[in-house]
Amino acid sequence: MSDQLLQILDPTGRKVGPAPRVRREVLRRLLRAMLMTRHFDDRCMKLQRTGKIGFSVPNLGIEAVSAGAAAALDPERDWIAPSYRDFAMAFYHGVSAEAMMDTQFGNAADNNRGRQMPVHFTFREPVRFLSISSPIGTHLPQAVGIALAMKKRGEDGVCLASFGDGGTSSLGFHSGLNFAGVFGAPVVFLCQNNQWAISCPIDKQTASATIAAKAEAYGMPGRRVDGNDVLAVHKAVTEAVKRARAGEGPTLIEAVTMRMGGHSTSDDPSRYVPAELLAEWREKDPLIRFQRFLVDQGVMGEEEIAALDAECAEECAAAARAAAGKGRPALDTIFSDVYAELPPHLRAQQDWCIRHYSSRGEGVDEKGEFPL
Amino acid sequence: MTELTLVQAVNDGLKTKMREDETVLVLGEDVGPKGGVFLATEGLTAEFGEERCFDTPLSEDGIIGVGIGLALNGMKPVCEIQFQDFIFPAFDQIVSEAAKFRYRSGGMYTVPMVIRTPYGGGIRGGLYHSQSGEAYFCHTPGLKVVVPSTPADAKGLLISAIEDPDPVLFLEPKALYRSFRQEVPEGIWRVPLSTVREVRPGDDAVVFCYGAMVPVCERAAERIAEARGAAVRVVDLRTLLPLDEEAVIAAARACGRVVVVHEAPRFCGYGAEISALIAEHAIDAMEAPVVRVTGFDTPFPNTLEHYYLPDARRVVDALERVLDYE
Repeated sequence: MSDQLLQILDPTGRKVGPAPRVRREVLRRLLRAMLMTRHFDDRCMKLQRTGKIGFSVPNLGIEAVSAGAAAALDPERDWIAPSYRDFAMAFYHGVSAEAMMDTQFGNAADNNRGRQMPVHFTFREPVRFLSISSPIGTHLPQAVGIALAMKKRGEDGVCLASFGDGGTSSLGFHSGLNFAGVFGAPVVFLCQNNQWAISCPIDKQTASATIAAKAEAYGMPGRRVDGNDVLAVHKAVTEAVKRARAGEGPTLIEAVTMRMGGHSTSDDPSRYVPAELLAEWREKDPLIRFQRFLVDQGVMGEEEIAALDAECAEECAAAARAAAGKGRPALDTIFSDVYAELPPHLRAQQDWCIRHYSSRGEGVDEKGEFPL
Repeated sequence: MTELTLVQAVNDGLKTKMREDETVLVLGEDVGPKGGVFLATEGLTAEFGEERCFDTPLSEDGIIGVGIGLALNGMKPVCEIQFQDFIFPAFDQIVSEAAKFRYRSGGMYTVPMVIRTPYGGGIRGGLYHSQSGEAYFCHTPGLKVVVPSTPADAKGLLISAIEDPDPVLFLEPKALYRSFRQEVPEGIWRVPLSTVREVRPGDDAVVFCYGAMVPVCERAAERIAEARGAAVRVVDLRTLLPLDEEAVIAAARACGRVVVVHEAPRFCGYGAEISALIAEHAIDAMEAPVVRVTGFDTPFPNTLEHYYLPDARRVVDALERVLDYE
């Protein structure tokens, strides 16, 4: 089972597997989340190239994995422990482009108070989207702990942990899956196998035939799905969530996809990704097939999709304009949130810092347009 | 009041807090039915069940990572790392995750957890059962680092650590686990974090120390008192991060002569921070250079560990140096 690839829509949008029952509203939200991600990406690329933000991470090509998985979760009771390439998970659950842009700019309204690089989003509402850190795989055992807390309280919530193919080599992958298996924790491990860990291809990352096969060693089921088929991802994650809620433990899902952009805005993938491979995968674009499916099934018309597309583009552009004008966080945010209470040595450093930069006429009231 | 050893007081602290707060969980290697390799968690699984005190697979990274997740989602985990020497696979989880969650999420996600671990030499444990790694962790904003030296403090500081909203590394001096008994208050007993304890009064010189070095320094101060009538103050720092800097500076100023003692290696050790603090804030009151008595800048030896660890004689020599300095 673990080496078969679950597919519902082929690259042309034709149904090749039994389509799950998905409400029309969910189908529309899935499309919106994917379109938002694509436009947000595009906007961030422009912002980075024009020096307005420092960094971003393209999601191009992998949108169906994040969107399809997010749609299987209930924000009232579930948690997301995301990777940094999961913008669509936030969009699916209604995080606004503006809230995302605030983090991209690290401005005064940023949830992270300008402390993290762009892309390291944190949200609590409308969905528990766990604060992202840069070290790889550390959130996997954390996801197990989050899930275990719910299990111990007799709740039926689930934690989804998302990571890339590179993440499967990390310490956290082993400890996370091992602990989850032993404890029967309600976790869904979702590997976005986009075939590249920066420049390291999957065959240099692991000698396993598949990533899903690794599940067996941890005593949990492993499933392999077409990651460019949003319905297949949705179905696989929905089944895994159901298992977890029913107390049947964790599942590892490998969503096979392809990173069509660079690792980040600092990366030039043309140095290592063969052009033929990209051309081959361009034909498998997750949006093309899903849009064809929606039109063929009469869920949405082409004009309706075009209007939604334009709306998403405008929302991202407007979010960027708004976020660019919010100014920098206040100087004391360097010192707050280190501890619940500011200890005396930090108070002294904070007082000195504010005095010092005030005397230089800096850091006090940094309003205006980014880049500041 | 009951007379307890330090390890019994840790056990009592855990039981007391677990009875009071059902979100307190204990996890780690062999902490369940066995009660831990030092018996610090003895009887917890029997009293609270496997749901609240449970064995984990052999992975420090997993123990701390899972502990962080439990803390993120409303629990109060007390993770045991069997020996501090084994903590390094979890260094990433402690330093980059537990200590930074509050900061990096603007306070939206926090990690109120305790990591208990026995540290230090004196049990013939060699390189990997004897280390004192406090300096690695004291360089980590967002973390608290606590080291008790008496049974009463062990219980009182542990309860405060469990109640603290931030992650606390609780370093237990294993050499003192069963070295003496002391009356320990029953029930909830708190010793506030970030406060020092004056072990012995005096104005001629002050020794700053913590953990297993506290009784060593007490003996040294007694010998100096007997030999030359000098009154040496002994201050147990108890919380290394955040340190009660004001108390350290005040004691240094009051005495004018300072010795700092720890068993960890000297270079970039905790004593360097105390020396620098005094140099920056009390140099005008100093009548002698600050002298450090520490372990050597080598890995921890086994057969010769008693020559590696500072003893009362080495502390006496240092005290004589600062007392005789003109």
